Amino acid sequence: MEWEVVIGLETHTQLQTKTKIFSGASTAFGSEPNTQACVVSLALPGVLPVLNKEAVKCAIKFGLAVNAEIASRSVFARKNYFYPDLPKGYQISQYELPVVGKGSMTIQVGSGDKAYEKVINITRAHLEEDAGKSVHGAQEGMSGIDLNRAGTPLLEIVTEPDMRSAAEAVAYAKKLHDLVQWIGICDGNMQEGSFRCDVNVSVRPKGSEKLGTRREIKNLNSFKFMQQAIEYETRWQIETLEDGGTIQQATVLFNPDTGETRAMRSKEEANDYRYFPDPDLLPLAISESDISTVKADMPELPEAMKARFEAQYGLAHYDANALTSSRGTADYFVSTVEAGSDAKLAANWVMGSVSAKLNAEDKEISASPISPSALASLIKRIQDGTISNNAAKQVFEAMWAGEGDADSIIESKGLKQVSDSGAIEAIVDEVLAANVAMVEEFKAGKEKAFNALVGQAMKASKGKANPAQVNEILKKKLGA
Amino acid sequence: MSLNSADIKRIAHLARIEVSDTEAEATLTKLTGILGLIEQMQAVDTKGIIPMSHSQDVTQRLREDVVTETNQRELFQSIAPAVEGGLYLVPKVIE
Repeated sequence: MEWEVVIGLETHTQLQTKTKIFSGASTAFGSEPNTQACVVSLALPGVLPVLNKEAVKCAIKFGLAVNAEIASRSVFARKNYFYPDLPKGYQISQYELPVVGKGSMTIQVGSGDKAYEKVINITRAHLEEDAGKSVHGAQEGMSGIDLNRAGTPLLEIVTEPDMRSAAEAVAYAKKLHDLVQWIGICDGNMQEGSFRCDVNVSVRPKGSEKLGTRREIKNLNSFKFMQQAIEYETRWQIETLEDGGTIQQATVLFNPDTGETRAMRSKEEANDYRYFPDPDLLPLAISESDISTVKADMPELPEAMKARFEAQYGLAHYDANALTSSRGTADYFVSTVEAGSDAKLAANWVMGSVSAKLNAEDKEISASPISPSALASLIKRIQDGTISNNAAKQVFEAMWAGEGDADSIIESKGLKQVSDSGAIEAIVDEVLAANVAMVEEFKAGKEKAFNALVGQAMKASKGKANPAQVNEILKKKLGA
Repeated sequence: MSLNSADIKRIAHLARIEVSDTEAEATLTKLTGILGLIEQMQAVDTKGIIPMSHSQDVTQRLREDVVTETNQRELFQSIAPAVEGGLYLVPKVIE
């Protein structure tokens, strides 16, 4: 039987606010335990939550970025469960009336000929508070509790079960990861837990409309693990069903060491959270003018920028897409063009040499040793014919190694292209005299011999002759 | 909707409240009374009325995103039963 996998994601993004969602305690990462746990984080009796304006702004920004409905009235609810890192005994979240409603995002899956686009529907996004952290092994038989993270604002983004492969799920997660950083609501730091994904996976016979029973893979904090976890989980579910078994709804954890998913010991009645509206918090009202204020403050979104790159600079769809994959890359490209570079050449260099170097050295584009204006000055020397493409690559390497600016490297390495037609003519004459056999072959109709002659001329000029001119002069001399 | 004492025990467990069998019986009577009142109220036609989530018809006031809290760990931990290295200690949590 042919099977189809159905995947939906729930992503917790930590919002980039200075303070917690319901108190004025700092959210800075990595501080000494409990130094940022105020009376509200500790849930001391009598304290009241007061909602952070910036967290609401972040939610509105996200809603605008995915073309979603933004609720004019939304409600905070208590999600009740007991765990030591949740001192109140409930998490303040949103249940029936979330701040962000239905929206969508277009993802690009795969590359080359097999690449395709797909719309992923967003069900909702809601504001909630993070819990604290449990530290095990601090003392025999005890767990240590750090409440610095308790109350950190989160936006939980939920999709429809729209994805049909691990590749689609990872493409969505990556796109979302890019987007939340692009609009500046989340730092995207997965190691520090700022962006965590729960993945719901189920399988069904291909062609069936009915959803299978799902298992939820919790807390994936890398795209590589997400891919592995979904692939393993999918295989496991199919094998279980083919062996005549059934799937029990469960929460599972992925073990990166074994590459396997395993069901957590099911917490007794864990799903009975007894949500109810939090009487400590009034409904959140968002007016049209609140939305327009946030809108005015939003950066150009990747989709809009992509369309602009295609229209304004004549870039191919694929290139425009790659350049808008992150705001850092897009800003770098735009700055290079604004510094006087040809847009297509700039696109090629940014996606080619620059990104290859960054990948090799595992660097962010903001840490590139070659600034956009420095890259533009190199590209301008290609545009005005001072250096050949090959020489430009050498100059680029030297610039990357910090040997100076484009012009001084061209000068010191003697890479200036010879465009003096007299000098080139002299070289071509020498090459023709020394390669009589090739000339004969060409005259006998062998086209390849022409390229060989160009190669000889370039070699004779030590690569410095302008190839276009060599071509032209050679053609003239051979009467081709 | 009617409740039995097993429901009472389950609700109490979810809320981590210890109730004896006698207390469960008394609670059952009280809760049944409340549910009876709700049943009466269900008869009222509320079609087209947006449910209120708060007893007052006002909206949430927002706070500026400015740090106002200072580190008072020492003070707060002075009343904790057990602390170590800045952490609050609790009986071991097994996941």
